[in-house]
Amino acid sequence: MSMKTSTRQVDGVTIVDCSGRITLGEGSVILRDQVRDLLSKGQKKILLNLGEVTYIDSSGIGELVSAFTTVRNQGGELKLLNLTKKVHDLLQITKLYTVFDVKDDEAAAVKAFK
Amino acid sequence: MTEQRVSLTLDSTLETVDSAEQAASRIATEAGFGDEEIMQISMAVREAAVNAVLHGNAYDPEKKVKLEFENTGKELVITIKDQGKGLDPAKIPDPLAPENLLKTSGRGIFLIRSFMDEVQIQPSHTGTEIKLIKHVPGTSGAGKEASQ
Repeated sequence: MSMKTSTRQVDGVTIVDCSGRITLGEGSVILRDQVRDLLSKGQKKILLNLGEVTYIDSSGIGELVSAFTTVRNQGGELKLLNLTKKVHDLLQITKLYTVFDVKDDEAAAVKAFK
Repeated sequence: MTEQRVSLTLDSTLETVDSAEQAASRIATEAGFGDEEIMQISMAVREAAVNAVLHGNAYDPEKKVKLEFENTGKELVITIKDQGKGLDPAKIPDPLAPENLLKTSGRGIFLIRSFMDEVQIQPSHTGTEIKLIKHVPGTSGAGKEASQ
């Protein structure tokens, strides 16, 4: 299953619902383009909902890092929501779990944006 | 459990990465590994295939990736060989070092080492061969700590 995204707005926060695989090639490119598109529209409060992401490889991890730093460098915030066990474990062993602001409750995550 | 050997010669394309991952998942399942280990093995093979296609062969259509799976009954041995310039593992930065945490690449070998029981990298001027070993559950080799 390839990567798919859809966006919705909640209290000024753009929630990006991601599903499928974030891997080298199409999956990573779709995520990159989505984040760039949001930033170009001035939407800098981004919550990536990864609840339906079934698989992520090192390229996908790199894409998450890139999204995080790109948003931050433009004065925005990017948080992660609803990590699956696979993604959670990968972020743990790569020591990125503490780098990202990870949430498991959407309403609380939205409120956490400044 | 039957011993088996499977060899594949693949083009230097992104499709090869997916094919390698799928083959690893299928063979690991047949070897009797559990879901968690199947995921680890298939991801390790995917990462090794990415290295072979991108960094080794650099998508060169003249260069191939050779992939071999051998189930000895006690362990699954996977060999991935490219035809690139050779990867020097000593030059791979530590992705867990604070200064590297926010880099967007460089985690592939680390993940491979995290997921497999043994990893041997043999670079040469004719390419890099990486051997990945996972002990089959329920055999004398299983349950050992990963060698890093």
